[in-house]
Amino acid sequence: MTSTQAPAPGRTPVRRPGDRVFAGLSLSAGLLILAILAGVAIFLTVQGIPGITASPDEVKSGQSFLPYVWPLVFGTLLAAVIALIIAVPVAIGVALFISHYSPRRIGQVLGYLVDLLAAVPSVVYGLWGIQFLAPNMAPPYAWLENHLGFIPFFAGPAASGGRTILTVSIVLAVMILPIMTAICREIFLQTPRLHEEAALALGATRWEMARLAIFPYARSGIVSAAMLGLGRALGETLAVAMVLSVGVGSTVTANLISNDNPNTIAANIALIFPEASGKTVNALIASGLVLFVITFLVNFAARAIVDRRKEFSGAN
Amino acid sequence: MTTTLTPRALDVHEELYGAQLPSWAAKAVIGSGVVVGLALYLLGLNLVLAALAVFVVSLALPVWSLAVEGSRKATDRLVTVLVTSSFVLAMFPLFSILYTVISKGAPVLSAEFFTYSMRNVVGEGGGIYHATIGTLLITGAAAVISVPIGLFTSIYLVEYADGNRLSRWIRFLVDVMTGIPSIVAGLFAYALFVLFFGEGVRMGIGGSVALSVLMIPVVVRSSEEMLKLVPNELREASYALGVPKWRTVAKVVLPTALAGIVTGITLAVARVIGETAPLLIIAGMTDSVNFNLFDGRMATLPVFTYSSVRSPGIPPEFSIDRAWGAALTLLIIVMLLNLIARLVSYFFSPKGER
Repeated sequence: MTSTQAPAPGRTPVRRPGDRVFAGLSLSAGLLILAILAGVAIFLTVQGIPGITASPDEVKSGQSFLPYVWPLVFGTLLAAVIALIIAVPVAIGVALFISHYSPRRIGQVLGYLVDLLAAVPSVVYGLWGIQFLAPNMAPPYAWLENHLGFIPFFAGPAASGGRTILTVSIVLAVMILPIMTAICREIFLQTPRLHEEAALALGATRWEMARLAIFPYARSGIVSAAMLGLGRALGETLAVAMVLSVGVGSTVTANLISNDNPNTIAANIALIFPEASGKTVNALIASGLVLFVITFLVNFAARAIVDRRKEFSGAN
Repeated sequence: MTTTLTPRALDVHEELYGAQLPSWAAKAVIGSGVVVGLALYLLGLNLVLAALAVFVVSLALPVWSLAVEGSRKATDRLVTVLVTSSFVLAMFPLFSILYTVISKGAPVLSAEFFTYSMRNVVGEGGGIYHATIGTLLITGAAAVISVPIGLFTSIYLVEYADGNRLSRWIRFLVDVMTGIPSIVAGLFAYALFVLFFGEGVRMGIGGSVALSVLMIPVVVRSSEEMLKLVPNELREASYALGVPKWRTVAKVVLPTALAGIVTGITLAVARVIGETAPLLIIAGMTDSVNFNLFDGRMATLPVFTYSSVRSPGIPPEFSIDRAWGAALTLLIIVMLLNLIARLVSYFFSPKGER
């Protein structure tokens, strides 16, 4: 940032010991962060490899690694993608409401309200999901089974307790809403005023203005917001672990409203790890490595898209 | 052939604006929707269905508009209704969570609840003293680890790096790091500590390390934004007085940005204090008070809440009640931290920036 110290020609600038110490400290802090990130990958790999190579009778699940982790990957992706499908339209709507539809003055307050959702700890979401949302979702599930049962998603039998993967996805959708809203709101507000006014001057209604001026400008931002939300949803642990009723064995099913659900990687770790020992621990760490790789790729892609746009500062 | 021109009375407003719904149309439709919804709710309908009724009645507005104003305006009104209701929809879980947690948690809070641990407690009684101590210690240690690293990194990025390739990579990877799942951070801490302490290690400080992995990127990003806001004139004035660079940073730049940095750190603490998954992995759960970060299991509020629900014992009601109490306590702590952060940034940020 500060390039104010161009040394005069022919004179080396004075380097005081304090300067050297301070520069060294700050550089090593930066390098330490890179080391931590590398350390996460390395330690997980080192501890995970015995779990990948372990023979089926050494681990609690009694399966070798790939058949063990595949249903978990499926469950993780399923829950996260449904959450995303629910959350993206709502996030865009909320962001548009705050940035362009609500009066400017109260827009900021409404933004705070949405941000409050981000402040709620995940265990509280889990508690709310299992004690409030799941029982209240049971009747709609029964209705879905009776009336839309021919669609494979709603084949049933509907879970009487409502602790299904669809409930989990709704909780996840609520949890990823704040970050997606924050980013969308930020980019919507950055739409050049002239573009908006030009659209309005041509006689566009407010919605046409949004379609002509805001969305084309914000498209890549919306995509990256969605991917960041996806990253959050993939890694969310407690809410899933508390709400989801997991099927016996490894289930791979598209049925969203039954009691027989595929678990997610993160929730599986949280459920099994406290009582695990031996190679089971290594297998869990290896599944964590899989999760780390998936979320890393998703976040990497999202940040790369954000970074391509220099104007956008990255709302986080 | 004299046709007298009898001009139709010219409606200027109509000519200029075309057919329009009266200005009170939106208010009237939404208002009647709310009335209908309220009536249905009072008649014993479920709150969600009543809200749905309000939404359905509101859809009359675009239909009316289609009849009078044409399809473009009708689409516009439809979108307005949809956008507004998406906001209301997003507010529903917030208020539902706040209401549920407060109404179920508040009756549990008492002096005993805050001052007793769960040691030797079966059924009724007991409290969250041990979990509160654990949460404060572990989060405090996490802050002690993350704040220097995060702060110095942001100083490097803003003051020393000059936009070189390394700093671009650090910045990018810090952003990526914000997306590390919390349970992976916990596994990392476990994999690290296993090397030194052997299998099955459970330790409070491990929780702090895991939380630091989650906290550092937040601290870096917020401090970096704050340091960038410090005007260059201040730095140049300091250099002009012959002050070395490190003293300029320590005595001029940091104090100017202090309020913002403190806000960022407080928000980062608020973010990690509610993390459950990593602590479940590495700090474990216990019923007793443990003041030593380096020895044995440590209970924390989120893990306490989780395990109270997960394995409630018999009869389960008391344990579930305690879970709600702990959740409310946690929520209060988080909200207080958020409030403190906002107040600090409001009162202590340099004048003229508000």
